[in-house]
Amino acid sequence: MVPFVSLTGVTHAYGGTGAPAVDGMTIAVGEGEFAAIVGPSGCGKSTVMKLATGLQFPQAGVVTVAGARVGAPVKISGMAFQNPTLLPWRTTLDNLLLPLEIVQPHRGRLRRHRDEYVARAEALLEQVGLKGMGNKFPWQLSGGMQQRASLCRALIHEPQLLMLDEPFGALDAFTREELWCVIRDLHAARKVTVILVTHDLREAVFLADRVFCMSARPGRIIAEREIGLPRPRDLEVTYTPEFSDIVHELRGHIAHARSAA
Amino acid sequence: MSTVAAPGPSKMALAVAPWVFTVGFFLVWEAICRIFKVSSFVLPPPSAVAVAMWEYRGPLAFHSAHTLWMTLAGFGIAVVAGILLGVALGASRLVHAGSYPLLVAFNAIPKVAVVPILVIWFGVGWMPAVLTAFLISFFPIVVNVATGLATIEPEVEDVMRALGASKLDIIAKVGIPRSMPYFFGSLKVAITLAYVGSVIAEYNASNYGIGNLMARASADFNVPLLFAALVALGILGVIIYAAMAVLERRTTGWAQRSNFAA
Repeated sequence: MVPFVSLTGVTHAYGGTGAPAVDGMTIAVGEGEFAAIVGPSGCGKSTVMKLATGLQFPQAGVVTVAGARVGAPVKISGMAFQNPTLLPWRTTLDNLLLPLEIVQPHRGRLRRHRDEYVARAEALLEQVGLKGMGNKFPWQLSGGMQQRASLCRALIHEPQLLMLDEPFGALDAFTREELWCVIRDLHAARKVTVILVTHDLREAVFLADRVFCMSARPGRIIAEREIGLPRPRDLEVTYTPEFSDIVHELRGHIAHARSAA
Repeated sequence: MSTVAAPGPSKMALAVAPWVFTVGFFLVWEAICRIFKVSSFVLPPPSAVAVAMWEYRGPLAFHSAHTLWMTLAGFGIAVVAGILLGVALGASRLVHAGSYPLLVAFNAIPKVAVVPILVIWFGVGWMPAVLTAFLISFFPIVVNVATGLATIEPEVEDVMRALGASKLDIIAKVGIPRSMPYFFGSLKVAITLAYVGSVIAEYNASNYGIGNLMARASADFNVPLLFAALVALGILGVIIYAAMAVLERRTTGWAQRSNFAA
C-alpha cells in the first residue's frame, strides 16, 4: 500500500531550536482511511496536523501527502478545530463559501457560478442536520451547530484530506456522540482520508480504522492499533466488550506514556 | 432579558434621562448664579448665554460651519492615513516594532505646540486647522485597526493558510472585516479629537471658525459670547459623535450582539 499521508522519521521544534515537539515520528495513513492520533495533552498532536498540512516543515524527516513531498500548504486539506472559528460577520452560508473564495478552480468560478456553489453548501448543511440554517449568523447557533457548520466549511471544497483537531472537545457528551455519527456518515459517503487528533479514546476507537498512540513530549508513536470493528458502526458498539477491551488496551499505552513523562 | 429583568429603569426613562439631566444641569447652573449673585463677567447664567447665542446666531452659525468643515477635512485625511498605517502595522510585526515608539512619541506631543510650526509652514488660514485636526486624530485609528488585524485567531489563520491563502487574502477576508468594530469604535474618539484640533488651530491661527470667534470674544472680554461659543461647540460635538455612533451601529451590528449594554 502506498500511503496517502506519511511522516517518516519526522522531528520538529518550533522556531527550529529548543526541545522538539515531535521526535523521530513515523506514521502512514492510507487513502480513504480514518486515522486517529491519541496521546496525553501537550504531546505534539497538533504539531502532526500542522506538519501534514504544510503549515510547518520538519527539521528532520520527510512528510508526503498524495505522493508528493510537502513543501507548502497542501491545499487539498480541510481543517476543523475545537473552536469552530466561524467568522461572526458572515452568515453560516457565507462562512461555508469562504474556502471557495481561496481555492482554485473555485476561486475563479465562484462569482459566475454562485448558485451552483450555494446549492452545494445547502446540501452539505442538510447532510449535517443544519437544513435552512444558512442565513443565520454563527453566534445565533448553539455550540454543536457551530461545530457542524465548521465541519461543512472544512468539506465544502471537497478536500481529499480532512484534519480534525479535537473538534468535539468543547461539546457536551450527547452532542459529541451525535457529531461522531455525523463524521462517521460524512467519511462513509465521501471516501475522504481523515486524521483525527483527540484525547478521547472512545471517540478514537468508535470512529477510526487505525489509532496511533503518542508518548508525552517530545511526541513519538508508541503504539499503533488497527480497529477491526465492522462498519457501519452504531453507537451501540461502544457498549460491547470488544470495544471496551480496545479502549482499555489503548488506555494502558497512554497511562504508560504519562508515567514515563 | 428586559422582560424578566429585576426592577431597573424602563425604556421610557432611559430615553428621557439625557434630556432631564441636561435641563437639570442648566437649571442648577442658573440657580447658583442667582443665589450667589455671581457676576456675569465671571460666570454668566445660562439665560444670559442663551440671549448671547440668539444675538450672535449669525456669526455662531457661520463659524460653526467653518469649524465643522475643518474638522471633517482633517478627520477624512486621518481615516485614510489611519487605515493605511493601521493595516501596515497590523500585518507586519517588523513595521509594528519599528514604528510604534515613534507613533507613541508623536502622539504624546501636545498638538497646540505644533500649530506655530504649521503657521510658519503654511501661514494663517485653513491649512493649520485641517492639519492639526488630522495630526491629533489619526493615532487612535491606527492603533485600533492594527489591533483588529494583529489579533486574528491563529486557528483561523491556519484554516486560511492550509487552503493556500496568501497574506493578502487573509488580510482582506479576515483581518479587515474583523478590525471594523475596532475601527468604528475609534472613529467616535477620533472625530471628537479632530474637533479639538481644529478649534485649537483656529484659536491660534485663523480668521474664521469657533476657535477664532472665541479668541476675539476673549480679547473683547465678551464673556457671554465666549460661553455661547462653548455651548455651540458642545452641541456640535454631540452631533458629530452621534453621527459616528449611528454609522458604527449600521456597519458592525454583528459585533454588538450582547445584551450587556442594551
